[in-house]
Amino acid sequence: MTFVIAQAPVIPKFEHASECIRQNKQFCTGWFVDNFDHVFVPRLVEHIKLTAIAVGIGFAIAFTAALVAHSRGWFETPFAVFSAFLYTIPSLAFFQLLVPITGLTVTSAEIALVSYTLLILFRNTLTGLREVPEDARTAARAMGLTKGQILRRVELPLALPAIMAGIRIATVTTISLATVAAFIGVGGLGQPIFNAIQSGFKTQFVAAGLLAVALALVADALLVLLQRQLAPWMRARRA
Amino acid sequence: MNNSDSAHPTGPSALPDGGREPGPQSTGNGSGSARVGHAAAVLAFNEATKVYPGRRTPAVSNLTLEVPAGEICVLIGPSGSGKTTAMQMVNRLIPMTSGDVTIDGRSIMGLDETELRRGIGYVFQQIGLFPHMTTEDNIGTVPRLLGWSKERIRARARELLELVGLDPDDDLRRYPGEFSGGQRQRIGVARAMAADQPLMLMDEPFGAVDPIARDRLQDDFLRLHEEVPKTVVFVTHDIDEAIKMGHRIAILRDGELVQYDTPDRILAEPANEFVADFVGADRGLKRLRVWRLGDLELEPAPDREPTGLTAPEDMSLRDALSVMLVEGTERLTVVDGDGRPKGALALGAITRLIGPDERAAKA
Repeated sequence: MTFVIAQAPVIPKFEHASECIRQNKQFCTGWFVDNFDHVFVPRLVEHIKLTAIAVGIGFAIAFTAALVAHSRGWFETPFAVFSAFLYTIPSLAFFQLLVPITGLTVTSAEIALVSYTLLILFRNTLTGLREVPEDARTAARAMGLTKGQILRRVELPLALPAIMAGIRIATVTTISLATVAAFIGVGGLGQPIFNAIQSGFKTQFVAAGLLAVALALVADALLVLLQRQLAPWMRARRA
Repeated sequence: MNNSDSAHPTGPSALPDGGREPGPQSTGNGSGSARVGHAAAVLAFNEATKVYPGRRTPAVSNLTLEVPAGEICVLIGPSGSGKTTAMQMVNRLIPMTSGDVTIDGRSIMGLDETELRRGIGYVFQQIGLFPHMTTEDNIGTVPRLLGWSKERIRARARELLELVGLDPDDDLRRYPGEFSGGQRQRIGVARAMAADQPLMLMDEPFGAVDPIARDRLQDDFLRLHEEVPKTVVFVTHDIDEAIKMGHRIAILRDGELVQYDTPDRILAEPANEFVADFVGADRGLKRLRVWRLGDLELEPAPDREPTGLTAPEDMSLRDALSVMLVEGTERLTVVDGDGRPKGALALGAITRLIGPDERAAKA
């Protein structure tokens, strides 16, 4: 094919285009296949990076906060209120609010995305730690494990399923939210969507949306596999 | 077990070699071998007292008692009597208010808390197996803390699993969720012995399993204890279990030690009304279960070959009496393991044994 798809807006030249493109049908498979490599792959990679960084940093913050709240109960409420407050900010507004401070940068996007992960990751980690069976903790104490050993060898492994559940939700949510980050021009799958909204090119719009959904599903499936690897005892119990 | 009691059966377990002294022996702990060791410690409470904050009356008050090495000491009493508190003071799960507890003469207060606990096996009703660890890793918890090699831990876990009646080949890699309650409790016992701890604390260990499984667990534990005579503190509220498991029974009431004696003597001579009530009106019959035929001074056997009804020497007096009543006989010939007559038991001997005469004679 001879299209040169440079920067947005992506409006195919109709004289060279297929019938499907000319009529701007809902989804033109041929165009999608031909343009996948240079239109979507770079955006997909950007999107994965945006998500991975957001969930990674969000987890580091929320996990630390949950550990603190686990040993010092008073810390739970302030952090929960803080993260719930962040969670309620409308995403579009959040990105826009950050622009005067951190500019049209990935940093702005990540600050917002990280903020949205905190509530669920904090809650799930803390709940997981609190729901460790008391007898396991008693047994550990009675056998002479130190506090740190109890945390590392007993509490965290047993909280793992809850923590992983939080990571899964946070990941899927972030993949969805990250499309909005294109609003401040940081790329990702939101970019072709915004472009298509402006140009009215349906195939691009649908393709980018479907890719975001597919990415979320694949990420979720991979996390499930990871959890099975990390917590083999969960399956044994069901057997 | 103790010399002063040598004229009496030492306990309901009625170990076949009842006179054996299960003293402290080599631990095998630092030797590199994975053989189950026979270390046992002398445990002593010395005016140990626990007052919970905000309470006026102590939960445990000036408790003084000594558990000889290798014996099972049962702490029993109604709820609120302080038996669990007393037990948990030993590994400092509950900090003492005053007094002391010593293990082989060393005060537990002089030891680092975690170090102390690593040297004491702990089994409780809820077991507390770690659901995310295989049987091997559960059993290996303390050995790993002590820095044992992987091979040594595995060998040890296999050996212990066999000892508690599970399958080392198959069960080692399973998770707790795959076992029944009774099996889990066996793993709990194995875990408490993993590092050859010379002392074991057992808090109503068999309380959560059904009566049939409990009976088997009790029997198996006694057999195990005979093989590996650790010093054991065993908390229960079930007097039958206390009589069956204990070499000695400590009866507590409102934090005070009311009586500390062998099961036989507690049944024969309850210290007061409370103990008599506690052990039950059928204490005479309960006592029959404590005695084995082989423990009695029998009349000489009339013949070299067994005549009439015979009973094995490890039969309990209670079962023997039952046989007599059912068969309408007043004499049994007691035979040893090879079927040779050891002597004869008459109904009159039983009534003399548990009747008031014998008590008067003792007093």
